[in-house]
This record gives sequence, structure tokens and C-alpha cells, in this order.
Amino acid sequence: MPDSLTTTFGTTPAAAGPAREPFRTTAGGRIDRARPLAFRFDGKTYAGVQGDTLASALLANGVHLVGRSFKYHRPRGIMTAGSDEPNALVTVSRDAARTTPNLRATQVELYDGLAAISQNRFPSLAFDVGAINDRISSLLPAGFYYKTFMWPRGFWDRVYEPLIRSAAGLGRVPTAPDPDRYLQRHAHCDVLVIGAGPAGLAAALAAADAGARVILCDEQAEMGGSLLADRQSTIAGRPASAWVAEALAELAGHERVTLLPRTTAFGYYPHNHLGLVERATDHLAAPSTEVPRERLWQVRAREVVLAAGALERPLTFPENDRPGIMLADAAHTYVARYGVLPGRRAVVAAANDSGYRAALALAEEGVEIAAIADLRRAPSGAWLDAARKAGLPVQTGMTVTGTSGSLRVDGVSLASVEDGGEVGATRDVGCDLLLMAGGWTPSVHLFSQSLGKLRFDEALQAYVPGIAAQPIRAAGGADGEYGLEEALSGGQRAGVEAAAAAGVSGASPRVFVTVSPPADTSSVLGALPHPTASRGRDPSRVRAFVDFQNDSTAKDLKLAVREGFRSVEHAKRYTTTGMATDQGKTSNMPMLGVLSQAQGKTIPEVGFTTFRPPFTPTTFGIFAGAARGELFDPARRTPIHPWAAAHGAVFEDVGLWKRARYFPQRHRNGAAEDMDAAVARECLAVRQGVGIFDATTLGKIEVVGPDAAEFMNRMYINPWAKLGVGRCRYGVMLREDGFVLDDGVVGRIAPDRFHVTTTTGGAASVLNMMEDYLQTEWADLQVWLTSVTEQWAVIAVQGPRARDVLAPLVDGIDLSAGALPHMALAEGRICGVPTRLFRVSFTGELGFEVNVPAGYGRQVWEAIHESGQPYGITPYGTETMHVLRAEKGFIIVGQETDGTATPDDVGLGWAIGKAKPDFVGKRSLTRSGMMDPGRKQLAGLVSADGQTVLEEGAQLVGDARMNVPMSVLGHVTSSYYSAVLGHPIALAMLAGGRSRHGETLYVPMPRGLAGSIAPIAVKVVPPVFYDPEGTRLDV
Amino acid sequence: MERFSGLSLLRHAMGGHQGWKPFWREPEPKPAYDAVIVGGGGHGMGAAYYLAKQHGMRNIAVLEKGWLGGGNTGRNTTIIRSNYLFPESAALYNHAVKLWETLSEELNYNTMFSQRGVLMLAHTVHDVQVFKRHVHANRAAGVDNEWLSAAECKAFCPPLNISANIRYPVMGGALQRRGGTARHDAVVWGYARAADSLGVDIIQNCAVTGIRRDASGAVEGVETERGFIRTRKVGVSAAGNTSVVMAMAGLRMPLESFPLQALVSEPVKPDFPCVVMSNTIHAYISQSDKGEMVIGAGTDAYTSYTQRGALHMTSHTLDAICELVPMYRRLRMLRNWGGIVDTTPDRSPIIAKTPVPGLYVNCGWGTGGFKATPGSAHLFAHTIAKDEPHPINAPFSLERFTTGRFIDEAAAAAVAH
Repeated sequence: MPDSLTTTFGTTPAAAGPAREPFRTTAGGRIDRARPLAFRFDGKTYAGVQGDTLASALLANGVHLVGRSFKYHRPRGIMTAGSDEPNALVTVSRDAARTTPNLRATQVELYDGLAAISQNRFPSLAFDVGAINDRISSLLPAGFYYKTFMWPRGFWDRVYEPLIRSAAGLGRVPTAPDPDRYLQRHAHCDVLVIGAGPAGLAAALAAADAGARVILCDEQAEMGGSLLADRQSTIAGRPASAWVAEALAELAGHERVTLLPRTTAFGYYPHNHLGLVERATDHLAAPSTEVPRERLWQVRAREVVLAAGALERPLTFPENDRPGIMLADAAHTYVARYGVLPGRRAVVAAANDSGYRAALALAEEGVEIAAIADLRRAPSGAWLDAARKAGLPVQTGMTVTGTSGSLRVDGVSLASVEDGGEVGATRDVGCDLLLMAGGWTPSVHLFSQSLGKLRFDEALQAYVPGIAAQPIRAAGGADGEYGLEEALSGGQRAGVEAAAAAGVSGASPRVFVTVSPPADTSSVLGALPHPTASRGRDPSRVRAFVDFQNDSTAKDLKLAVREGFRSVEHAKRYTTTGMATDQGKTSNMPMLGVLSQAQGKTIPEVGFTTFRPPFTPTTFGIFAGAARGELFDPARRTPIHPWAAAHGAVFEDVGLWKRARYFPQRHRNGAAEDMDAAVARECLAVRQGVGIFDATTLGKIEVVGPDAAEFMNRMYINPWAKLGVGRCRYGVMLREDGFVLDDGVVGRIAPDRFHVTTTTGGAASVLNMMEDYLQTEWADLQVWLTSVTEQWAVIAVQGPRARDVLAPLVDGIDLSAGALPHMALAEGRICGVPTRLFRVSFTGELGFEVNVPAGYGRQVWEAIHESGQPYGITPYGTETMHVLRAEKGFIIVGQETDGTATPDDVGLGWAIGKAKPDFVGKRSLTRSGMMDPGRKQLAGLVSADGQTVLEEGAQLVGDARMNVPMSVLGHVTSSYYSAVLGHPIALAMLAGGRSRHGETLYVPMPRGLAGSIAPIAVKVVPPVFYDPEGTRLDV
Repeated sequence: MERFSGLSLLRHAMGGHQGWKPFWREPEPKPAYDAVIVGGGGHGMGAAYYLAKQHGMRNIAVLEKGWLGGGNTGRNTTIIRSNYLFPESAALYNHAVKLWETLSEELNYNTMFSQRGVLMLAHTVHDVQVFKRHVHANRAAGVDNEWLSAAECKAFCPPLNISANIRYPVMGGALQRRGGTARHDAVVWGYARAADSLGVDIIQNCAVTGIRRDASGAVEGVETERGFIRTRKVGVSAAGNTSVVMAMAGLRMPLESFPLQALVSEPVKPDFPCVVMSNTIHAYISQSDKGEMVIGAGTDAYTSYTQRGALHMTSHTLDAICELVPMYRRLRMLRNWGGIVDTTPDRSPIIAKTPVPGLYVNCGWGTGGFKATPGSAHLFAHTIAKDEPHPINAPFSLERFTTGRFIDEAAAAAVAH
């Protein structure tokens, strides 16, 4: 059988190919026999019809062997007809990319050309070498891996674990990126109804009648739930299915109702926020690329009605897992809804009347009922009477002691249970189908997810919704009301109440006159009685499965209890029961039953495990939605970005911004400069002529109000009161813990107005912190904060010729040193547009930063660039900016500082306003640890050979022998080749750095750790490498 | 304690596994103990084990309000690494890694410690600087860590998307080969079994409701749901609820508790070979031995004691996973849960004595406590037994928040320039 998923099916004419389906009934059900489909399973072509699931179509072809279990690789078939399926997991593939593993065949809607393969088997489904695990299963009880694989130690990583890993897992990951789209929608409603069975439909109708905005979702393709397979009941005199059609038509006519079929409510979050996933295209043979594959609905519902129904329980008896063993309700659904016979000769093991219903439906279609083994001692009621009347062989007080068959069940051992509990002689009955009717379990998952308290109902032997923690109410099967009439009236009541609670009322209640067979609440939990002395059977090989997918058995659970795993959470984790992809839908209650037996406790004493989202496995893609590629995070671009891109800039990501890193020039041979060459050229241009730099990304905050100076005094370490209008100051901001948070030049525009700049990455956090203080600590201050980062484009013009470049362009601003000295600002016009012109320098050269309204940024940039042509004006990027400032010993917050540096550490102690009573972080600066003389301080480094450019992040040690662990003195924070100096330079944070000038230290390089390469010797120098007197600034 | 091995498994298989004994007793609490550990997670259970094993304190108890390992021990994404920036942290976490390497033998219980490598991705120039600093610092401290180019990252972890067509392309990564994962439940079960065999009383379903102090202010016992227990030494190892327990002794802790989420996919055949972490886009992923992709999300923005988180946090993590491995868009989330993490201002833990004589605390592990379990437990036991910290945990004191001698691992995520 092919493992390949890439074979396409497409062109085979559906009707012509495969043979007819031997197990399809001739009439009835909700399938369209007039629309035949062809599909492939493990490479073989089969026929199905429109309306089938993959499971029903496989059964129609007599295919029961569909998968292999997780641990023992046991052959498995189809156990359910819905999302609770633990066994029938397949991979469905359109191509290598559009391949989805682990889908339940019971939920896969058939389309023409569908290709599915089975999983977790090699080389084939029928012959799987992994089944060796089943042969040696006595060596592999729960938790066996905790007790072994420890010797020899190295074998775990190299031998045991790889073996375990390759045996584990289910389907395979697609081999190519998923090309499909996923979208997200947000919706609000008054009432969200989950489940469109009788209770859900009644609830939706009632809420809609009241005028509520209603969303009704159901995980199946067709709404109607149990009514779709109900051939007996009538509602308001009409067959159930006809009533469903009318109800849906009526709901569709309400303009305030949204119907969402194929939509699973998977998660319940705080404040009645629910996640729904709508599957939009998986059922289509040729999906349009216009439609997303799946859609995440994030719904805020005022009220929720949980009408998710109830799930049938399997029975816990030996070898209850063979293909051909299925839930009675599932068999009934296959016959009644899909027109499929799941076998020819059936045995029914019933603890609930559901078994009779299935038997009667099967018998009606000609299936031989070999035996109905009722587990109850003295059942009674209409279903039993009907079965007896139909001549079905009913035996009461029975148990199942085992089954036979390899790839499909071929026989069942039945035995009677005496009054005292002794199991009588077994009788083997041949069959190809064994049904289990263990009673019902309400689907309370979402109620539990909403943090509502569950209540154990003794009569039902099930957990039902108790006290709600959020606005949610349950109805129908989910509320433990299994009868049709109760479901309809309960749903109606829930709908009315929910609408009223949402503030909408006015509906006149409907009365649903129903004729329906009685509902049965009986059930069984725990392992069925079996002979104490097993005849001819190795007891260690008898296994009654509780979690079918994970292969955990009643024996495993008992072992867990024996070994002290008494808490239900422990037993679950130790045996992995309930942790398979079905999330315990069929195994949870049986597990509690076995644990209750093993510990001699009641079910409530055993407790239960937490229900966690999602209700069923949910595609990763919907959570990501459109957030992929460029849309993963918004990209911020400056107005000058297109110019930079057109001039060949290489960009880097800084926060959300795209910043030009350098501008490589093309050589005459067409090759581009590398970064080092470009940066050296750009640096020299600024030092010798003039450069132009896009500084727009700097954060900018306008601080305005009568108390603006006081506010600045409190936020920054610097004093602001005496800063004159038209003057600038370099500001430093600390966190409460005293460490440098951010820095930037602040200009005083007016007595009550500051133009604050921040680092590019820090803009948001600085504004957040300012607002936090302003709103929570200093609400008395009359100050208003406005982010103006995107209002201003900022063009830095730096270099000895900067004034010459700008002078012809400005209007009303005197650029002379006397009128506009270093750290001054002026308002006026440039190129005819308003500007705030700062004379500031991050390069150590004569420099200006031209702020203009962002819309004019590109135009002014181009004008300056044009004006600078006679002086060889050179655009430069962030990398050159970094080199130029490092030559001057200016720090970059986030590079020299890392959240552990005080102002004094980085040489900014001078900036502290000593006379200020307080500022954020001041108190922290006086803590002993903050004043330790051994703290790391900013220092300069030059490599001893005058050539080696150190690696940023490299460590500094005093001992050239480098014995690990080394005593580290500090690290290199910035390191570049300085073109103007002709040698490399570096900044470092170094313990006691300011007192080490002149010392020789060593930089160990990784490869040198073994001692093969000598460390790099460096000399400690002051951190200002170029123009320490600052003469180039004041020109 | 019966020795576990392949042979013991074989022997018990002959008897249909009927002969296995409980891993631990379920004793009634005694009226008095020499020491009581509050919190039966990996850290607390491990501390009890080392107290008994290395310090000879056998008359001790572990009090757990729920079930063993039911807190963050059973809720984390099992990542183990020691490539922390500061020497104090590297020493602490490396102490743990060394213990991890022999833990299965030490406990005679397979904790499935798997050194499959932890790769931390860099997506920006700033990331590259930060991670290279980590590599250099770690190598100098004797902690393995190496720098990989983007292509080398891809070779080490083939599913990764290193193309330029994503928003933050991979620029390289720091790889710690000795990092990896372990089976979280097995750690606490293994410690519990070994501690029990040394006489430690493990008392589940026994919440501590008060800490009683004598006239001098020293601890004299704990009030519990099952009565008063006299003891002169109480070690609190209560993770997200540490503040609550410490308040019983009148101490206000420098902690905030946040919900942190994690999730797993359905199991698939082996595809993802190592642990990959990306702080920049918030993605943490590995594949368990069972085949599930184990994925960590971020903390909610607001403090809470509810063990569940918000949908948008999950979404934000999965969009990052889908960017890094676009094949995984079709995988499906199987389970999503939350735990409560206690975080300190400098994102480093506290393993220390407290101002209350006889009261010790091990907390503040934030989002990364699992990796430290054996090391933390070992050092906490030392601190309790000797009434003074081990040199490795001495810097992780409570006093550092007043002296300012932080160990600020949040520095690794310093403000971008």
C-alpha cells in the first residue's frame, strides 16, 4: 500500500470506477444515493455517496479495519459516529502541503476524489510490525518506561529514546508549507447556542422569538443532532426530520439569527468569550482559493446555552477494542442516517435501551441479531417489549467475558452473572459486529471550561452542570435530559431564560407535542464482571480497554492505584487515560468507574479531571489567522523609507521599524560594497564633509502643561527648571529600581512645552511609564502627554559642512554658532515648511536635526540631499551612526546598558540633578549594591595588535591562562573599526573600569577555550576616542 | 525501595504485575517533625529528598494541598537549559543540569532527561548581540553554548523556516547542546518515591492554613487542614501561591503571580528534533517522546490566581509557531492549559532564609522553574539543614531587593536601541 500522499486522484470518473457498496441499504437516510462519489483509502478506490462521512463510506464497503492504536498497534475500527471517535484516525491529503494528519474518519465528509491513508502502521495496515508491542504487552504496563531504559546511561539519548519516539506519534506532519488561508472574525450576540439538536434548536427558536441576536453553531455538516437519525419520533405531528427542516428554515428567516454548521465551539474563556472554529472548505472536492479553509469566530455572548448533547459510553470488558465493535448509538446512526449496515450478524451488549433501539433498527434492515446481552438483571420497558415482540434473542443479567477475531471481531463470549456476582459458564457467539450500550455521559466539557461546578447525579451516574460561574445554562442531553420531550422543553426554557437574562424578552412559549419512545437513563460504570478463574486464558493477556487510542486498560488503572497513584489526576497521567486526541470523551467516565472499583470509593469520592480547551483538536492556522509574513507584525516605515530603498539601503528591524542600516554603493563591476566598506566610507564622509541620516524613528513625546517642568523633573534624573526656552538637554530616565531605562534629547519649546525624544525601541514603554505615573501617582499635575513620533520626520545633517548645506534652505532661522549654539533649537521654516530645528549631535561633529511634519519629510530630505551635493553629502545608516557615536563614547541604551546599569555606571552621573528632592529611581540609587565601587563601568578598549575588531558580547578577563570557570571582569558592548582613527575601537562595561585605564586585559574567544588559540590582548582606555575636547562640536 | 530495571519489569510481568508496591505511603501527619516542606511539586519534593539523603533529616514531611506535582511541575513545557547570562545564574542552572544528568540513576526512576539541545533564535541585530554575549559569558563560565548561523540552525533543526520572507527572519541562534527536556511528572514521582523510602512523610490533600510563631518570632509549627503540626523549620516551595503562604507568617514577598499558558498539538511522528525558543516572536517549541508538539505561550498581562489564560495569548504564540514552521499550520491544538507563575522584579529566583527564624523560601522561578528542579531542591535542602545558604544560592537572597544586588536576567531582553 502506498505511503505516498502526493498521488492525485482527480480525473477518475466517479460513477464509472469502483464497485457498488455491499453494505449500503437500498433506501432511507440522509444521503443522496443519486450522487455517487469515489474515494481512496490506503490507495484502494471505493465508492460512496454524497452525504457520507469517510467512516460511513468505509463501512458501506465493509471496511472495518481503519487504524492502529497508539501503543500496542492493535487493529482498530470505527467505534463512534462523531467527534468522540478514538480509533478511526486517518490522514487526508490533497497534496504534500494540504495534508492533515489525525482526522477522525467519522467527521471527514466525503467528497469526490478524497484520498485518505491510515496511520501508525508499517508496512501496511493489515500487517504492522509495530504490533510486536501487542505480543510483548505484558512487559509494557502503564508507566513501564519510568522503570527501565536507565542502563547504560548513554543509551537513553542514543538508543531507547529514538526507538520510543519512532514508535510513538500518529500521523505525519505535512512536508510542505500550508498554502491555505485562515481568517478570524469577532462577533457579539445575546445568546450563543452550542449544538443544534432538539434542545439547541428549541433554545435558538425561543431566543430568536424573543428578539435576541442568536448564534447557533453545530459541529456537524447538517444541523439536527440526534433527530437526523430519529425515525420513530414525531414533533407537532410531523416526523422529527421534517420538524428539523422547518425549524432551520424558520431560524434562517430570522435576520438576527446566525446559523453556523460545521462549527465547533472549542474553548470557553473569561467574560463569556468563546472560540468557535468553522470548517469552510474541507468538505469540498475543489475548494475555491477565495474562501479560507477555516475561520476562527471569537464570540462574546451575553448568554450561552449549552446543548451539546450526550455521548454514549463504551463498556469495559476484555478485548473490547476489535474492529467491528462499536457503540450502539453509532450503529443506529449508520443505519438510520447513512443507510449503512455495519455488519451482517450482530451481538448487542446493553446496559441501556440504546442497545435495543440499535438492534431493532439493524434487524429491520435484515441484520441478524445473534444475541442481545442485557447487563441488567431485570430490565423492563417499551424497548425491551419491542425487541421481544420482534423476536430478538434477549438475555438478561449477562456479561461479556471476551471477544475473538484478528482484524475484525468474529465472536463474543457471553456469560450470565449470578445473584451473588459469580460469573457463569461462557457461551461463544459468532458475529461480525458487537455493539456496546453503556449509558450516556452529558457533554459538559464547555460548562466545565467556563469554571462551572459539576455535580454528580446519582440517578444518572454521570456528572451534570451544577453551579455556573459564567452566564451559561445547559439543556437537553448536556443537562442530563435524554428524552426528546425534555430536551425540547428544556431547550425552550433555556432559550427564553437566556434571552431574558440578556435583556430581551417577549416571546410566547411554544408547546412541542411530541410522540417519542421513552428515554433511558440506566448505565454501567467500571469493568464488567468477569470470571475470577479464567479458563485457558493467560490472565496477563486479558485486557479491557478504557482509553482506546492510548491503549490504557482497566488493568493499567488498577496498577496505578496499586502503586499509589490514587488521585484521579495521578492515575490519568500515569496511565495516560483520557489524554489521547479524543480528550477522554469515551474514556473519562469508564476510567472513573474502574478507579471507583479499584479503590472502593464512590465516583464523587474518586473525583474527576479538569476539562481543558479545546473541545476537539483545533487547527493551529486559525489562531494565527492572517498574521503571517508581512502581516505577522505591522512594519513601520518612515516617509524617507522609499528614498532609502531606491538608493540601495540595506534595512534592519528595530522594534517594529525598518531602519536603513547602510547604503552600499555599486562598484563599477556591478558588485556591491560590503557593510564594512560602506560604513567606513559613510563614517569618513561625516567626519570630513557632511552626512544625512534618517532619525525619524526616534520616539517623540510632547509634554505640555503648566506643570510640565515639574513633571520632567520627576520623570528624568536631570534638572529641567532652569532649561531656557530654545535650549536642549540630554535627558536620562530610570526605572524605579534605579537602572537606566531610556535616554534622549529634550528641547524646551515654551515654558510649558517640552519636545521629548526617546530611543526608537523605547518610545512606547516611556510613554506608558509617563502615563502610569501621571494617572496613578501625580494626578494633581497639570500635564498632557502626546505621542508625536509619527507627526515629525527627523533628518539629521551631520558634519563640518552641515551648516553650509542647510543655510540656503532655512527661513527665519539664524544657523550661526552665536545664534544657534550646540544644544539649542529654533522654530522657523525650511524649504517653505515649518520646522523645529535642533542643533544636536550624536556624531561629535557640527550637527542639526531637522524636524518637519512627516508629510513633508521626503521632500525636505531630497532638498537637503540636493543642497548637499557640492559638499559630497552622503546618506548613512544606523551602523555608521553607531560607529560615530562610539568614537565619541556616547552610549546606546540597550547596548551599553542592559537593564543593570546605573547612570554612574555609564558615566552619566553628571546628569543627575543633585538638588532635586526626588525623581523616579532616585531612592534606589542609594542602595548599597548600587554604590559598590566594584560595579561595572563604561570603558574604552583598543586591541593590543591594533588590528583585531573584537566581537560584541565577548568577555574580559585579567588572566591570560583562561582556566574555566574564568573570573570575568566585564564584556564588550560595542566594537567597530574606526575609519577616522585607522584602528578598531570598542566600548566595554568593566568592573571598576574607570580606574583601569592603561591596564592590559584579555578577551577569550570560544575556540580559544581549549587553549589552542591565544586570547586577544586589549588595553583599557577612556571611552572617548575621538576629539575628547569636543572642539569639533562648537564651530 | 524495590530497584526498578528491565529485569524487575520482567519479573513482575510473570506475576501479572500484581506484586508492585505503592511508590509512597499515605501516612497520617505526625504531631511534630524536624522540618516541614510546604508544597509537593518537584522543588519541594526534591528538597525533602535531599534533606533526607544528604543531611540525614528523616523525620520530615511534605505537605501538599492537592496532589503531588499538580502545580507548575505538571504544567510546564519541560525545557531544561543553563545558558543564562550572569555568572550567578549560570552557576545555579548548571548545578541543576549536572544533577539532571544523573537523576534517573540517583532516583532509580527514569526521568527521561533528553539532551536534544536548546536553540535560541536571533531575529534582529540586537538579538545577535545579546545572544553572542550569552555565548561568550557561558563559555567563560564553563557552560556549553555556541553560536550557529541561520544555515547551521536549519541544519540542526530542519523544520525551521529561515527564509527571508518572514517578518523577522532568523539571523542565527545560540545552541546549548546539553539542554533539552525531561518528563515532568516523572521528576516529582521519582523524588517522592525515593524520599518516601528514606522515611519522608508525604501528605497530600493537606493545605497549610497558618504558620505559628513563638514569642521570639521563630517558627514553631504550621496549622493545616488536618491539624497543627509542630516543627522548627518550615521550607516554603509553593510557586504561584508563595505570597499567600508567606503572608501567613506576616511576610510580604517581592512577587507577582501571573497565569502562564502552554499547549500541545496532537501527537505526530517525530519531526522536530530539539527545543527551539524565540524570545523576540514569543515561540517555544519541542516535540515530546509521545509525539506532541509542546508549545509555551507568554504570561497574561494581569496578575491572577486562575489557572487559565486568555485566547489571544495562545493565538499570539501560535502565529509565531506557524511563521517558524509553516508546515505546522495544519497541526491541531490538543490541549491548552495554564499555571500560575511567581515572578520577582529581576526575574531570578529566591532560595533563601527569611527574616522569620526557621522559615525558608524557594520561589520566584517565574516562567522557568522546571529546569532548575534538582539544583533548586538540592540548594534549598542545604539552606534549610544548615540554616545558611550554599555558596551557589547565596546571591539569590531576599535582601538583594533592598540592597540592589540584582541578578537581572530580564537584561537578556533589554530595551532595543
